[in-house]
Amino acid sequence: MLRYAIRRVLLSLPVLLGVATLVFMLIHLVPGDPAQAMLGESAPAGDLQDLRSKLGLDQPLLVQYERYLTGLVRGNLGTSFRYQTPVATEIGQRLGPTAQLAAAAIVVAILIALPLGVIAALFKGKTVDHVATSLALLGVSMPNFWLGPLLAIVLSVQLGWLPVSGTGTPAHFVLPAVTLGAALAAMLARMTRATLIDELRELYVVAARARGLSYARAVVSHALRNSLIPVVTIIGLQLGAVLTGTIITETIFAWPGVGRLLIQAINFRDYPLVQGCILLIAVTYVTMNLIVDLTYAWLDPRIRYQ
Amino acid sequence: MMGRAGVIIVLGAMAAAVFGPWVLPFDPLHQELALRLSPPSWAHPLGLDELGRDLLSRLALGARVSLFVGVSVVCVSAIIGTLVGAVAGYAGGKIDMALGRLMDVLMAFPGILLAIALVAVLGPNLRNVVLALVTIGWVGYARLVRGQVLKIRELEYVQAARALGAPVVRVVLRHVIPATLSTVSVQATLGMAGAIVAEASLSFLGLGVQPPMPSWGTMLDAGRAHLFDAPHLTIVPGVAIALLVMGFNFAGDALRDRLDPRTTN
Repeated sequence: MLRYAIRRVLLSLPVLLGVATLVFMLIHLVPGDPAQAMLGESAPAGDLQDLRSKLGLDQPLLVQYERYLTGLVRGNLGTSFRYQTPVATEIGQRLGPTAQLAAAAIVVAILIALPLGVIAALFKGKTVDHVATSLALLGVSMPNFWLGPLLAIVLSVQLGWLPVSGTGTPAHFVLPAVTLGAALAAMLARMTRATLIDELRELYVVAARARGLSYARAVVSHALRNSLIPVVTIIGLQLGAVLTGTIITETIFAWPGVGRLLIQAINFRDYPLVQGCILLIAVTYVTMNLIVDLTYAWLDPRIRYQ
Repeated sequence: MMGRAGVIIVLGAMAAAVFGPWVLPFDPLHQELALRLSPPSWAHPLGLDELGRDLLSRLALGARVSLFVGVSVVCVSAIIGTLVGAVAGYAGGKIDMALGRLMDVLMAFPGILLAIALVAVLGPNLRNVVLALVTIGWVGYARLVRGQVLKIRELEYVQAARALGAPVVRVVLRHVIPATLSTVSVQATLGMAGAIVAEASLSFLGLGVQPPMPSWGTMLDAGRAHLFDAPHLTIVPGVAIALLVMGFNFAGDALRDRLDPRTTN
């Protein structure tokens, strides 16, 4: 296992270097002069020169690249043009809310998907199954930037049950978490249904029933447990969608996280902050994938020997 | 059944995009400020927006944007991805490794994150949206085709073509790539839904098509400010996006079932 883990970590390093390089190149893709783009057309020449030297844009490209990588290793992501504070500080303040939102969305997705998938599987072909399957299909087809406002119209504007935006109380979590978790819930429900239907046909379920176990016990203790392995796989695969989903969800509900910070930085042409946010989200994604892969290898020894 | 429904939805959207702006009586850019935020009525079946523009006409024009982005992103991504995947899979060795690392790096950016970054630096407009979505879009096709080519290149008819002295380019273009096209076409149909949602997402974030040109994403974004007084501004473009996405997903699933011998038999 240790050898597999070391090999997998080493394989991630070139990818991380590639990600860092691509993010470094972003500022050089700005048409014309990035300093001009940030300060505007009417900026005085002196201010432009100051900003260029502050961003290091007056240095040769290789020097800029070396400084950038050295800074990254030391945790220095540059200085935000808008806030005049270190980018790492700005992002650090917003990491907590984003992590909380993503975790809440995954919990909501599981809480919706498992009962829905199990009921659909147990009543396969019946009306309940058709309703559950249609709901799941709807969840997959509804983009979160539509679902969010729609939920806000019904649950906040019409019924007045939940706050439209902001943070502070558990009630503030509900709309953003449901918006972000809906697509994942739909996918998980479909997967739970499909795998549970397969598992229910297995002989070990019949054997469990023959030993006198109730149907509910045989389903929950035996078939459902085995059907959860692909469900966990889907959660791992969909972590990236949840991460990018936070960008839109945080924008809709004015959630003070990294995603909203990224959009604000883009609108303000704060390129160092844009680079920092993009880098953080990508590195988090690569790291999560690494953890998921290592978890699979730990759970399933065959993967280590492939 | 679902496949037919999907095809009908897609054809309906295409007809609306092509003929809508000619057939519909209102100019999608014409403003009637006195009637702004009017709810659906006989004269304006889907109501008017925050500047008093007819929502049905804007929806039809917005369909053009969505379908244009969908078709162009999918076509260019599929062509680039198929060629790169075929080269990587057929050549193997260092070329495959180099292209594989490039794909790994691009896939390290989840979802549309890289597209957001590219549009942010290049500037928000339709051309840059297509460019950004192609930059992330070709990788999926390349991975798919590479996997197929690894198997196809070992098949007897390909070996025979090589033994007969056919040049590598001819073998790849005439014998290898055509064998991957059915899989690519399924992926492309399903990819249309992804491209349409991605364009709408970028426009919703203010990074796509710029006003006054309507896009379903910008229409949804504009509706957000009027959740309380004019919910139809949010509901109408949202239904359009969800329906079209569902249509392409149904059509893609049906195409996959038809082309997959395991489900056909």
